[in-house]
Amino acid sequence: MRLLRIVPDNTKFDFMRFRRVSFPLSALLSIIAISLYFFHGLNFGIDFKGGTLVEVQTKAGPADLARMRASLNALGLGEVQLQEFGAPNDVLIRVAEQPGGDAAQQAAVAKIRNALGENVEYRRVEVVGPRVSGELLSYGIIGLMVAIIGILVYLWFRFEWQFALGAMIANVHDLVLTIGFMSLTRVDFDLTSIAALLTILGYSLNDTVVIYDRIREMLRRYKRMPMPDLLNASVNQTLSRSVVTHLTVSLALLALLLFGGQAIHSFTATMMFGVVLVGTYTSVFIASPILIYLGVGTGRDALSATAKDEKDRG
Amino acid sequence: MLYFTRWKAAAILLTAFIVCLFAVPNFLPSAVVDSWPKWAQRHVVLGLDLQGGSHILLAVDTNAVRKEKLEALRDDVRRVLREARIGYTGLVVRGNSVEVRIREAGQVDPALAKLRELSQPLGGFLGASGQRTLDVGSDGNLIRLTVTDPAILERVRQAVDQSIQIIERRVNELGTVEPLIQREGTDRILVQVPGLQDPTRLKELLGKTAKLDFRMVDTNVSPEQALQGNLPPDDEILYGTGAESKVPYVLEKRVLVSGADLTDAQPGFDPRTSEPVVNFRFNTAGARKFAEVTQQNVGKPFAIVLDNQVISAPVIREPILGGAGQISGHFTVQSANDLAILLRAGALPAPLTIIEERTVGPGLGADSIAQGKLSSYVGAAMVVIFMLVTYGLFGLFANVAVAVNVAMIFGLLSLLNATLTLPGIAGIVLTVGIAVDSNVLIYERIREEVRAGRTPINAIDAGFSRALATILDSNITTFIAAAVLFYIGTGPVRGFAVTLGIGIITTVFTAFTFTRLIVAYWVRWRRPQRVPI
Repeated sequence: MRLLRIVPDNTKFDFMRFRRVSFPLSALLSIIAISLYFFHGLNFGIDFKGGTLVEVQTKAGPADLARMRASLNALGLGEVQLQEFGAPNDVLIRVAEQPGGDAAQQAAVAKIRNALGENVEYRRVEVVGPRVSGELLSYGIIGLMVAIIGILVYLWFRFEWQFALGAMIANVHDLVLTIGFMSLTRVDFDLTSIAALLTILGYSLNDTVVIYDRIREMLRRYKRMPMPDLLNASVNQTLSRSVVTHLTVSLALLALLLFGGQAIHSFTATMMFGVVLVGTYTSVFIASPILIYLGVGTGRDALSATAKDEKDRG
Repeated sequence: MLYFTRWKAAAILLTAFIVCLFAVPNFLPSAVVDSWPKWAQRHVVLGLDLQGGSHILLAVDTNAVRKEKLEALRDDVRRVLREARIGYTGLVVRGNSVEVRIREAGQVDPALAKLRELSQPLGGFLGASGQRTLDVGSDGNLIRLTVTDPAILERVRQAVDQSIQIIERRVNELGTVEPLIQREGTDRILVQVPGLQDPTRLKELLGKTAKLDFRMVDTNVSPEQALQGNLPPDDEILYGTGAESKVPYVLEKRVLVSGADLTDAQPGFDPRTSEPVVNFRFNTAGARKFAEVTQQNVGKPFAIVLDNQVISAPVIREPILGGAGQISGHFTVQSANDLAILLRAGALPAPLTIIEERTVGPGLGADSIAQGKLSSYVGAAMVVIFMLVTYGLFGLFANVAVAVNVAMIFGLLSLLNATLTLPGIAGIVLTVGIAVDSNVLIYERIREEVRAGRTPINAIDAGFSRALATILDSNITTFIAAAVLFYIGTGPVRGFAVTLGIGIITTVFTAFTFTRLIVAYWVRWRRPQRVPI
């Protein structure tokens, strides 16, 4: 049986030359993403904004959204959003946080239950009070920070500081672009989004580390090869692996996206974007060439000479 | 890299086998598993998002605790100064303090000395730090007693402990399976009740303090007079419940008998009106007090007060000596039953507020399980086929390793009695991707080594040894992210962190041992002349 070779052996793409395109492109995309965040905003879910989310399924036939909206708007709960969710008889109801603290949220739920009556099945009710939503947001942000710093420290131990810094720049770039994507698509930004961001962080780094590992190995082996050539060789050598891995992960994510249901839809969509599109692009076109600017490999001979000296003495 | 001593190979296979075995109880009917010893019964718990149920986070009302503490302190100050016969004016609660002005300057020092006795060292390890419950200071003849923050914190902590016991009793009355009730942080209680379709009743049971008092109605003042400002200092105005929430009653502040003196409460029916009622029974002390009071007040009305609302205010027709009584007050069968539950369970030391609620109905849970299964099967099938097409025989090895990997994930999840959520299933699917990646890294490296001109066995050996360092590095970074997620996440998200984290551990284990072992045995068996990848 002839096996599938998606990437031919011994590719020699000049990835480093693309840095003149990829760096400005990434800068532009990052600026767009940041502007999206500031001017278009994120669609904060109730985890971070507080409020009530109710998913109901009508028992007889498709839901009459207009009538439901009318009866819910009459409750005086402020803005009530209704949205068909996956199926015509499935409705997602969002009610903004009520003024008056935690007890007021519970009162709102009771009102909604009263207004909708017995004709619907309650599939999901989530109520997040103002105290909890504030905490969840700060935990989420702290969590992202801690993860970035933790990974940075680990990389710093395992590699030289330039690698750690390069990986972090690549990482922040991934996160910024993904947040831009979330802003653009208006997916709910909630705790699962933070989970998605952290996974993207871990996964994209996974990819970067694989290439960095190879670069480090090449640095030891070829002491006189010019940096761009060395980086190109490293990326090319790991290219087949990158492609195969990303295909398998995409297949797994695709299954989740298609059959995983509405509950994790935005989660998998975000992950698909972050892991597959951005993560791959970043490790090849950003994380690797940035090492040139961070001065990896300059003075290699001197460094290795000292290392050799120490070894001799030891 | 390809040489394994016999005992090492045995240890690897045994470890993998035992871990996989722990997954077995999940796939057997519980009737079979129940007869096994306890340690073998460990299994994966389905999260509330999969089996349906309610997650309710309650917070102790810290302000209420503080207020109660300050009022008790004010009463203590009054008592101490009276006993010491020290004249005072303006005894008030202000902010976090109780302030009192001593009439004569000469008595400030003795007053201070007496009031300092109210301050106690804080118990537990805080006591060692020399912290006390009160800061007592004076400014001229003004004495200020401030309740310290650690004292409030300690009180809140106690309130949470007491509340947990009471909530357990209340929730158990609902007859649900395996409710989880635990402390969260200093002032919170998490209640998780699986399989509950409608949490309304649960919330009603949790939301009530259930503080029951028996008090006399002051008949010297009519409610109208009292509302106009003629309220005697030892009285207060409380309102009725439900439809009577506008009906005012003038009650003495003094509590005759409280709910703490009840030993039992049961729902029943009034034999005359056949209305639902709650029958209760006092303990000895309560019965004696109640008998005394009813003897002295025949013909006068008294009030049964629940959470500062008057349930009913019957007239005492005759002394009640048996220590048993009946509460009637427009109950339904359900509300009489609930009140009986609340009274039996006891009153909460402080009001609880629901600050977060997440309820998933059983329908959505079942749908999520179905979607989770379908997507993992499809995902796994696509990955398996892709690996076979790309790497042939080695792809098969990889698939076997990934299957063992997933079985081990379930084994470890069972061993930890971990919770599986829908995002958790996504974590497993993602792990399949990551697990495959470790094989891809190895195989690509072997391909490279072959191209570099090594002999097959050499290439395989070098491929493994070089790829493993990379696998470790790349997985540790993802593991850090999973660990952080575990600490910050709750519920479903935490489930994702758990499966992702465990998945990384099993992935590294299988890559380092299991896959290597398979390939090593294959090499020994076939002595390949060329590497088939």
